[in-house]
Amino acid sequence: MHALGLIFAPGLLANGPVRTALIVGAGAAIVSAVVGVFTVMRGQSFAGHALADVSSAGGSAAFLLGVSPLLGFLGLAALAAGGMEWADIRDARERDLVTGVVLGVGLGLTALLLYFDTLWGSTSGAAITVLFGSMFTIPASIVPLALAVAAVALVAIGTIYRPLLLSSLSADLAQAQGVRVRRTALVHALALALAVSLAAMTVGAILSTALLIGPAAASLRLADRPGRALVWAVLFGWAATWGGIVLAYDSFYWTPGRGWPVSFFIVLLILIAYLLASLAGRGGRLALRGARER
Amino acid sequence: MAGERSAGVEPREGAGADAAALSVRDLGVSFSGRAILKDVSFEVAPGEFCALIGSNGSGKTTLLKSILGLVRPQAGTVSVIHDGGGARIGYVPQKISIDPYLPLRARDVVALGLDGARLGWPTRSGARDSRVREALEAVGAGEFADRRVGLLSGGQQQRILLAHALVRHPRLLLLDEPLANLDVRSTAEIVALLRRLSVQYRTAILLSAHDMNPLLPVIDRVVYLASCCAISGKADEVIRTEVLSRLYGYHVDVVRVHGRVVVIAAHEPEEIRAALARDPVHTTEVP
Repeated sequence: MHALGLIFAPGLLANGPVRTALIVGAGAAIVSAVVGVFTVMRGQSFAGHALADVSSAGGSAAFLLGVSPLLGFLGLAALAAGGMEWADIRDARERDLVTGVVLGVGLGLTALLLYFDTLWGSTSGAAITVLFGSMFTIPASIVPLALAVAAVALVAIGTIYRPLLLSSLSADLAQAQGVRVRRTALVHALALALAVSLAAMTVGAILSTALLIGPAAASLRLADRPGRALVWAVLFGWAATWGGIVLAYDSFYWTPGRGWPVSFFIVLLILIAYLLASLAGRGGRLALRGARER
Repeated sequence: MAGERSAGVEPREGAGADAAALSVRDLGVSFSGRAILKDVSFEVAPGEFCALIGSNGSGKTTLLKSILGLVRPQAGTVSVIHDGGGARIGYVPQKISIDPYLPLRARDVVALGLDGARLGWPTRSGARDSRVREALEAVGAGEFADRRVGLLSGGQQQRILLAHALVRHPRLLLLDEPLANLDVRSTAEIVALLRRLSVQYRTAILLSAHDMNPLLPVIDRVVYLASCCAISGKADEVIRTEVLSRLYGYHVDVVRVHGRVVVIAAHEPEEIRAALARDPVHTTEVP
């Protein structure tokens, strides 16, 4: 009992903000993991990060206007995702450059809006919330919207599952089989925008990349079939998020009255998962090779 | 713009035994005003193994893509045999690089050939599994079916892409440079495998290559592309000095050495001579 009490500090589950954090955090982690597997497979990690940075401008605008930050994140991320697919830049180098420029503009705009926030707004700490997240301040009223966003993203990915896999393997092959490659890419980009906005709500716009890429990258070290990759990624993301929330809550007790940020613990756990998965993946492969040589 | 009406791919009822699996008529394709293909016409019959020969940049890929409907031709028609379920064309694209961390086993890639364009979550079924197994066995890929496709060798990946194309039992199989980057043994194995498939399933095969030598012993027909135009016929009718010289528009020699065929341009192309005259080659002494 005493050991359990050390991990689950008193009052953890009775606490309203913690419950909200657990629900929204789980939704964000699951959606980010599922979408992230495809984003990593398609080599669009950088684009995912850029979407998050652009969405931070929406989040800060929402603070300024006094509307739900999730709507702000969503609006700008969806706009940027649509624009990215509409521009349809095939050349990888040029896509990197354009993504980099757009990312810069997004963060610049965020800087301006957050400055306005400190001038006119009454909300202190908007910058930290938008950029690095503060899970224990998420209002409970956001839960239905957050879950709806999560459901839409999961249904979208489930619908285009096979065409998306095929066009991630080779756009030429997919097109020859009658897949509408651009439409598939657009649906993926919009699901990415939903995932990024949810993650931005929880761990902040800048750290949303960690939730998107980390669990997916770890899962690809282990799984050699798509369904399993999705399951591993969801497990890693979900466990890291809930583990991070529990550790952050506990840290109130370790450091009297001054808890450490949830985002820090989540990112730390994701890093550990990635390192373990890399070791296990490599170990497994070496063992396999050894078995074959024998 | 009169030609535009007929441009495109049209599936054709082809129940008759003598119907061509693929028929290309007066095909013309140009990109931003530059002609890539001009008046290209040929046919491939069911069960026929046809090589599409031409040097790099001669329009082989463009021709294959217009047959697939991925490139819209400005003139001419392409018709592909179809039966009930529509025109079934199998396609093996030019060497694609597959990320070693892509979470797809060889078997998953083949299954995507069967229903990869369908929406919704896949459901497992015995029929689906046995179609995939059959295609894997047809290309001799049973042993590495459960390995990650990105970790397979070039020759093994080529077999998997072939199984991916075969799994829907295509009437026409298009392969874009499948022998490039393969070692001699893999090349011979793939060529023999294709020959067997064309006989066994009466699949019409159109395979592009820049080197015709590994193919000469097995093919029924050659389509030779040069200077935007094409000549087709039996290999020994087409691969001749006077025929190819007419096609290229300048003199080339067809030389046979130890059973291998080499096509040599007898003259130095005008552009090279002009470039050398402008900027003569300087030799430096090696100390």
